[in-house]
This record gives sequence, structure tokens and C-alpha cells, in this order.
Amino acid sequence: MKALRNFFEKTKPYVEKGGKYHWLHSTHDAFFTFLFVPKSTSKSGTHIHDFIDMKRTMSIVVLSLVPALLFGMYNIGYQHFGALGQLDTAGFGDLFLFGFLKVLPIIIVSYVVGLGIEFAFAQFRGHEINEGFLVTGMLIPMVMPVTTPLWMIAVATAFSVVFCKEVFGGTGMNVWNPALVARAFLFFAYPAQMSGDAVWISASGIEKLADGFTGATPMAKAVMGDTSFDLWNAFIGLIPGSIGETSKLAILIGAFILIITGIGSWRIMFSMVIGGLFMGVLLNLFAGDNAYMSLPFWHHLFIGGFLFGAVFMATDPVSAAQASKGKWIYGFLAGFLAILIRVINPAYPEGTMMAILLMNTFAPLVDYGVVQGNIKRRLKRANVKA
Amino acid sequence: MSKHFKFKRGLDIRLKGAAEPVLKDAPVPATVALKPTDFFGLIPKLSVKADAEVKAGDALFFDKYHPEIRFTSPVSGTIKAINRGERRKILEVVVEPNGKNEFRPFPVSDPLTLSREEISRRLQESGLWPFIKQRPYGILAKPGIAPKHIFISGFDSAPLAPDYEFIFKNDQAALQTGINALTKLTDGAVFLGLSNKQSNGIFSSLKNVTVNTFEGPHPAGNVGVHIHHLSPIFKGDIIWTVSPQAVVYMGRLFKEGKLNLSKVIALTGSEVKKPQYYKTIVGAELTALLSNTTKKETHERYISGNVLTGTKIDPDDYLGFFDQMVTVIPEGDEYELLGWALPGKDKFSSSKTFLSSLFPKKEYVLTANMHGGERAFVLTGQYEQFLPMDLLPVYLLKAVLTNDIDRMEQLGIYEVVEEDLALCEYADTSKIKVQEILREGLNIMMKEVG
Repeated sequence: MKALRNFFEKTKPYVEKGGKYHWLHSTHDAFFTFLFVPKSTSKSGTHIHDFIDMKRTMSIVVLSLVPALLFGMYNIGYQHFGALGQLDTAGFGDLFLFGFLKVLPIIIVSYVVGLGIEFAFAQFRGHEINEGFLVTGMLIPMVMPVTTPLWMIAVATAFSVVFCKEVFGGTGMNVWNPALVARAFLFFAYPAQMSGDAVWISASGIEKLADGFTGATPMAKAVMGDTSFDLWNAFIGLIPGSIGETSKLAILIGAFILIITGIGSWRIMFSMVIGGLFMGVLLNLFAGDNAYMSLPFWHHLFIGGFLFGAVFMATDPVSAAQASKGKWIYGFLAGFLAILIRVINPAYPEGTMMAILLMNTFAPLVDYGVVQGNIKRRLKRANVKA
Repeated sequence: MSKHFKFKRGLDIRLKGAAEPVLKDAPVPATVALKPTDFFGLIPKLSVKADAEVKAGDALFFDKYHPEIRFTSPVSGTIKAINRGERRKILEVVVEPNGKNEFRPFPVSDPLTLSREEISRRLQESGLWPFIKQRPYGILAKPGIAPKHIFISGFDSAPLAPDYEFIFKNDQAALQTGINALTKLTDGAVFLGLSNKQSNGIFSSLKNVTVNTFEGPHPAGNVGVHIHHLSPIFKGDIIWTVSPQAVVYMGRLFKEGKLNLSKVIALTGSEVKKPQYYKTIVGAELTALLSNTTKKETHERYISGNVLTGTKIDPDDYLGFFDQMVTVIPEGDEYELLGWALPGKDKFSSSKTFLSSLFPKKEYVLTANMHGGERAFVLTGQYEQFLPMDLLPVYLLKAVLTNDIDRMEQLGIYEVVEEDLALCEYADTSKIKVQEILREGLNIMMKEVG
């Protein structure tokens, strides 16, 4: 390890200003600080600083995504062998390995493309490399159908990093959640590969689906009026869907990690669920004989990407509302709209993505209201005292 | 009417090396110095030349724009050096004590019988006026203005802070006389903020003050927090803040008829062999005190003041004018392999992302390491946890960064100084220099609004 450190220290002069390889300085810095927390000490202001930094924060988020990702891999195998009708003969290892081999290339493409662009931009701007993409790069594969071609992942990632993040100034400056923008990009540009019944199951080598097996997600079925689905399977995650969104259990484990470490906003998660349930109840009340609208309101949590969105997408601190009160409003409306779009608008099979992107857009407005409220409240105190 | 305020927001950083309640005389300092840089925004003009003889209470320099504000020598002796920095800026006026303890005499009198002008004049002549700080901005109080109120905080909640009940245990009479003097300087009240643990101490029996109690983690002892809850500052308001130490000095001036700037400080921190209290004087050179009281095991950082707001000094520097403590911590200028990924049993953190959060009582050795690089504002809701005020610190800082004067005013820049947001800077994931940004904002406001 000492040798490694010496290597980085010795090569440092070459990448510093005026050095021969100055164009590599962000890259050098990124790898060096990844391996070693720098020895820089406080020059001004407080003399001590908290041990937490952006790397720690982002790695906690990645950690919280792992259960959902691992389960997603297993589920891909499960769906595949289910479609083949071979669930009885294929073991756990077969299922997981199948899914792992399907998902890994997607993750690699997402990271290589995204980080490549991030490095280039950081270099160009002379910044340190931001850790934000470590999370985005993991989220992008998790919201995609497993059959998405790799080149689409690459295009979507590039689009979202450049047009959703870097043009605004990089991590911390973006208006929308980059992972959702990547998904929305594909959703509108290549709808055939992003929705329908065929995309959720990796069917390579399958000529004929096993009897009674359908690739339709419970949500797609619900749109057609078939609201019967196995709640337990939906909770555990053995249903067709995007790679990481199916297992509600794994998502709840992730939510638990985010909440006890204080990294994810419980306010947003909680209020978004409340908002979704509230809309569900409203729909129930006015359902009439519409089967989807009369879906028991709490079933909405078990299907589609609602829970995944609430835990991992809406909580992105950069694109969400920032003030505490704003988070309540933001989360509630996101949940409310997600279920509304999901049930009422047949053109969008899942409303969560649109609802969160919409609320990302309005988050600054929500915050503006909260800030003005704070200003007014404080002014009142001045007038009373005077 | 005494009120009780209870705060949840804030943080007590559990550092190793709090001072034991043992008092010793510090070694007599070889020199004593006043540093104009201790006073924010001051432009000093010298009143003495090198090698001149001075008594305690004789002026060393004065404020260029308010010549009546004098900065006086804490001891009698000879001017040894006038140290200057870039562009001949005066950094230190160094006095070598002659051990004769000569002082400039002032009349002994009961301040309650004196007029406001007379008290102001005596404070200015004796050099005690600079101990009064003015809010907004945390600057030298301007003479000729009566503040709306005067605030004193009777306890310090900062990490490793000295116990005021201990260091002022023999100063109760001086405290009372000092407070009596302050009551004449304002048309409003003199507020004294106490912690809930001080119900039977020296401070609780003081008269002519409005006592309120504050409970909770740091910054509950910050006078800015008290002001926010009792008399929030808006445009045009002027509030003075005075430390208990300064009140004691004022009391001594009127009771003893001389400038007596001796004080008790705490020598604290994980690198101090025996953290305890020492009796010394304003501006004392610390060489003798620090030479054999620290462990010298690692590269040490010396701080005049506390770890959040103090000034980095060399061991042969001088005690800061306002500082009541000296802290010594490890510098921590070492690399750490994959440090951000380790479980972190020994890494105290305000976040709950390290194992250390499972040990709520343990005390930690913290170094001056930054533990990461500077980033943009990413996380939200973090600063608010550490500020028991109804303010939105991130929005305020963003207003400063965009140079938006109206916005800064609306978001309450008048209510805060650096120390109030120091915890935010400590805890910030993005390692943003909060205090530096805030001071920049205060500077802008001072220039544009006044």
C-alpha cells in the first residue's frame, strides 16, 4: 500500500499545473482520493471536520441499492426460467447467475459511459470529480427493463449526464434526477423497447412461453382490468418489472439503511407514500365499475416502480425540495400524481417517473414558498417586538 | 420574567481532553501582545513607539475612525516590538513586562451613580470598550449609540469550553459591578443567558439583569442564539454582546480603580498532558505555558479558542484578546487508506454513517484533517439540524454567494455571526467554508447598508 501511495505522490507533480500530464489531473486526483483520504488539514474556519464526506454518503446510498439489485438479478433468472417452464429444475445458483450475467453488462455500460463523461467534464473545468454518478450509474440499470439493448443504455446515460447534469454545472446543480431523465429519454425515444409485455423478461433462446405464463407486469394487467395478482409475490419481488424495482422487501431494506443513517429523507419517502395512498383512496371512492380505479388503494404500493421511486428517486437531495416543509409538500404531491397518472392516463403505464420529474421541476417553487413563509414569519416577530 | 428555552438542534462534539477543575498559575509570560487582527474591521493607529515605557492601561493603539476607542497595555513594561505584515499592516504590538505592576489610575466609583457618558468615557480610556461587540456583524461597538439591549451569555457550550462557574468563582462582586455599569449604557435590558445547570451558581444570584435559561447542545450557549429568541435583530437594530470576562474587567475597573486584565483560561485538548485551568493575562505569550504541557507525540495544532471558531497559532504566539481557552489537537496530516469506506468505530460523526454512532458516550480524539474534498451543496436539511434558530442557513449562504443584498437581509444575516454557523461547517458533507462565506456576506452588508 505504501508503494501505491508513493506512486501517486511521485506522479503528482506531473499532473499539477504546468506538468506534462496536466490534462490527467482530475483522473489522478479521483483515483488518489478514492484510495487514500487526503492529508489536507483545515486552513481556515473550523479546525475539526466531520468524518463524513461525499464518498461516504454516496457509498451508503449504493449500499442501500444492493439488496434490490441482487434480488433483481435473481428475479430475472426466475422470470426467464419461469417463462421456460423450468423453475423446478433450475437451482438458485442458475437463476441468480443468469440474471447476474444479464445485468452486469448494463451496469458496466452505464458506469463506463457516465463516468467517462464525468471525468472529461471535470478535467475540462478543472474540478475534482464528483461522486454523484456512483449512485446515478447504479440507478440507471435498475430502472431499465432487462432487455434494453446496451447501446440504448449508453445513449440514455450520455444524454442524461450531458443534458441533465453537466450543462447545468454538474453534481449539485441539476434540476431533474439524472437516472429518471435517462429512463424518460428511452421511454419517449424508444417506447417499443421500454414498455409492453415482452420487454420485462429476458427471453433469449425461448421459442414458446410456458403455458399460462405471461410477461405482463401486474400493472399492465391492471390497466386491462385484471387486478388480480399475488400480493406476496409482488412484495417479495417475483413479478416481471424493471431490474431493481420488483422486490418491495429489498427496497424497504434499502429504505431502512437510508433512514437510519440519515442519508435519505424519511420525510419525502413517508409523504410520498401518504400522497399515493391518499390518491388511491380517492380513486376507490369514485371508482364505479372501473376495475383499475377500484384496486384496493394499498395495492398500489406493491406494483410498478412506486416504492422504488419513493425511496431512491424522489429522495435525490439535489433535485428534490430542500427545506423540511418543502419536502413534505413535494413528497405528497409526487405520490399523489404518480398514482393519478398511473391509473387515469392509459398512455403512461407507470406514473412514478413522470410524477417525480414533474415535482423535480416544481421543487424550486415549493421551496420558494417555504422560504417566503420563513421570511414573513420572521418579519412578524420583528413587528410584534418593536 | 425569566423564560426557559429548550433546544434539540445542535451538537455536542465529544472531544477528549476537557479541563479538570484544577487551577494553577501559568508561567509568567516573557511578553504580552495586543493584536489588531483580533478586532474585526479595525484600522489601528499607533500611540506608542518601540522602546517606550508604558503602564497597564496606557494606550498602545487606537481606532483610526473612532480615536476615542483605545487599546491599552495589559501590563507595565517596555514596547519590545511592533510587528508588521504585508503592506505594513500592524499585526502585533508586543510589550515586555517590567514586573513593577505599575498602572494608570482610574477613579473608584459606583457605576450606578455615574452618567452614561462618564461610564463610556472610562471604558474607552481604560481600553475596555473593545470588549464590547456589536451585532449585527460582530464588530467593535460604535461609541455614542445606545444599544437596544445588551446580551451576556453566562455559559460556553462549545467543545471543551471552560466552566464559567469555575473560572469566575472569585469574581461575583466584580460581575455585579460590571453589570451595573452596563445597565447604564442601554435604554433596554441587560440579558443574561444561563444554562439549566446553573440554577445555584455565581451567575444566578446576579441582580439588575434579566435571566433566561437555555437547555440543549451547542450552540445553546452562543449569545446569538439567545438574541434570536429574545430580541431578533432586524435592519437598524443594534445589540451589544459582552462576555462575562469583560464584565468582570469592567467591574474591577470601577471597584479597584485600575485595569486588571488577569484571567483564567482552560488548556484543553487530546494532546495536553493534564488539561486544566491556568491563571494568566490577556495577550500572554504562550511559549512558556505550551512548552512542557503538551504530549508532543504527533504533529500538534495549537488553537487560541475552541476547535470551531478559534485561531490557529504557533506555540510561541499570543493568547487571543477574547479567548478563554487554548486547545491542542493532532494536526492529522496523514493519508488514510480507503478511509471513507471503513466502518469507523473511532470516527465521531454528526451523521449516523459510522459505527461510532453506536457509542453515544465515548469521547474522541479528532484531528484537523478535512476528511474529504470540497464539493457543491448537495445534501439538504443538514445545516438546519445544527442551528437552533428559525433561519434557513443554506439559502442565506447562497444569497451571499450570489451577492444578493435584499435576500441576505430577508433571510436574517443580521442575526448571525460566524460562531453561530460554525457547527454547520464542521458537519458539512461538502466541506464548504461556511464561516468564510458568512463573513464575506457580513462584509458586503457592512459596506452597502452600514
